[in-house]
Amino acid sequence: MEHVAVLAARAEREAGGRPAVDKRMTAEAAVQLIRDGDHVAIGGTLYSRTPMALVFALLRQRRRHLTVSRPLACYEIELFLSTGALDRIVSSWVGIGLPWGLAPIFRHYVERGEVAYDEWSHLAIGLRYKAGAMGVPFLPTLTMLGSDLAARLDLQTVTCPYTGERLAAVPALNPDVALIHAHRADMLGNVQVDGYRHMDVDMARAARTVIVSAEEIVSPEQIAAHPDRTMLPHFAVDAVVAAPHGAYPHECYGRYGPDLRHFDGYAAAAKEQGPAAGLRYVEENVDAHADFAGFLAAAGPDRLAALAADAGELTPR
Amino acid sequence: MSDITADIPPDTTGDITAEELMAITASRLLADHKVVFAGVGMPLLASAVARHRHAPHLTIVLEGGIIGTALLPGKLPISTNEMRAAYGAQMLTDITDIFLYAQRGYFDYGFLGAAQVDMYGNINTSVIGTMERPRVRLPGSGGANDIISLCNEVLIVTQHEPRRFVERVDFVTSPGYLSGGDSRARAGLVTGRLGAVVTDLALLDFEPVSRRMRLCALQPGVSVSQVRAQTGFELLLSDEITELAPPSAQEVAIYRELRDGPVAVTVQTP
Repeated sequence: MEHVAVLAARAEREAGGRPAVDKRMTAEAAVQLIRDGDHVAIGGTLYSRTPMALVFALLRQRRRHLTVSRPLACYEIELFLSTGALDRIVSSWVGIGLPWGLAPIFRHYVERGEVAYDEWSHLAIGLRYKAGAMGVPFLPTLTMLGSDLAARLDLQTVTCPYTGERLAAVPALNPDVALIHAHRADMLGNVQVDGYRHMDVDMARAARTVIVSAEEIVSPEQIAAHPDRTMLPHFAVDAVVAAPHGAYPHECYGRYGPDLRHFDGYAAAAKEQGPAAGLRYVEENVDAHADFAGFLAAAGPDRLAALAADAGELTPR
Repeated sequence: MSDITADIPPDTTGDITAEELMAITASRLLADHKVVFAGVGMPLLASAVARHRHAPHLTIVLEGGIIGTALLPGKLPISTNEMRAAYGAQMLTDITDIFLYAQRGYFDYGFLGAAQVDMYGNINTSVIGTMERPRVRLPGSGGANDIISLCNEVLIVTQHEPRRFVERVDFVTSPGYLSGGDSRARAGLVTGRLGAVVTDLALLDFEPVSRRMRLCALQPGVSVSQVRAQTGFELLLSDEITELAPPSAQEVAIYRELRDGPVAVTVQTP
């Protein structure tokens, strides 16, 4: 594991410019900020507020030797695996979702030792991003102690200089790039979300480059009308991508529910054909379309409207 | 663990599933005015049953950043991070924040399922076989390691079968009492304790000195030898082994309404 010194983590941020300018670009242009070998942190968790429009744009590029981190990872991980993009997964849980059983493509690559899976506890992943966001090299915690997870990761402990108590020292994680999907952003990169925030704030503030897609691009005045909803300030964001339904087929709180039927089709094919099914999914759903709008058009407006109705039933107006 | 259902008539429909039996038995362990950190599936269902029956002030917390969820009957979540899980919630925050409430000591119960559990309550959800040569790579800890490390009292609910109840787990994803005695505390896990294990056959706990799993009570009609046959290690026996009250008609009705949605009532017109 690569450990980050305090000053090294700061240096880029200190030196970097913070121009308050129009940062809008297409998803295809934004993912050009990602290079082979990068560590890409994917916002949201499991099938909630996954930045799917950005994920699809990155899949289309067929980058190599990536590390992907995520609090809980869903089948997007299997798409990266099936296209040969990944060397390493950093997460606390990798699957599709409880009803679909074990993720067969994930099993294929990890059981053969072709791709590494660094398994942390869920809190430890969160504290790794948080330490990165705070600009400190580690955070002390009472979790993970005594487990085989800790032993396998060679997790170190620290002794409190005040009380003498022993705690686990979870190392900072500063991803090269964070991909975040939000409800709204202005062109400068002020970002708002509704509902739960997953680990997105810490993940973004820890990252060296931050790409945000948003359901809506709004004016700076609309942001300022509800400043308490802003989760990231413009100076912590590098690129802004307009992406309505940009988490589909996953959910976006208050906007649309997950398309579980789409999951059924994917999971059945993956179970039957393994990585070939993952590759075919990318060819048919990503490569076959010019952009994410093409994928949404194939899903159809009726489907999207039904998922929006699901969200309306479950969230306060 | 007092039995608060002794005065309720049993369900006589006779078609109670193992899952219903486990969830209902487990629900009785949750007291009112407490906070439970629940995983999805049976732990969440059991927590919801408790809230709808004897513990209306039980606050259910889910790791997706959700505090005080109400849940919509018939639309229970399959993930801790989705709108169904957040239905009626009092507070939405982020994931790390939820676990930090646990670390601060706010969560009276942590409530888990288990793919594989051993005689000291260690849970494996990482690998069958070894990490070097996995037979099956499982999804991983999720929040289970944190819940068992940080919640004040941990409850485990799982089906009772030899492949689940093993002498030693293949991999300690989530540490119970590790190798027994004071080994958990020596590893630095100074918070939290394991309370009960609820199965379709029995209610078990951990003997206070050896920290080995101990049989406390049997599900209705189950014998000690049946439990032993389904356990892959030598169980300790409590001095007095009681029989659990069968699920009441009320408990079963609450459980099924939560799972399936409101029951359609046919109103007969004169």
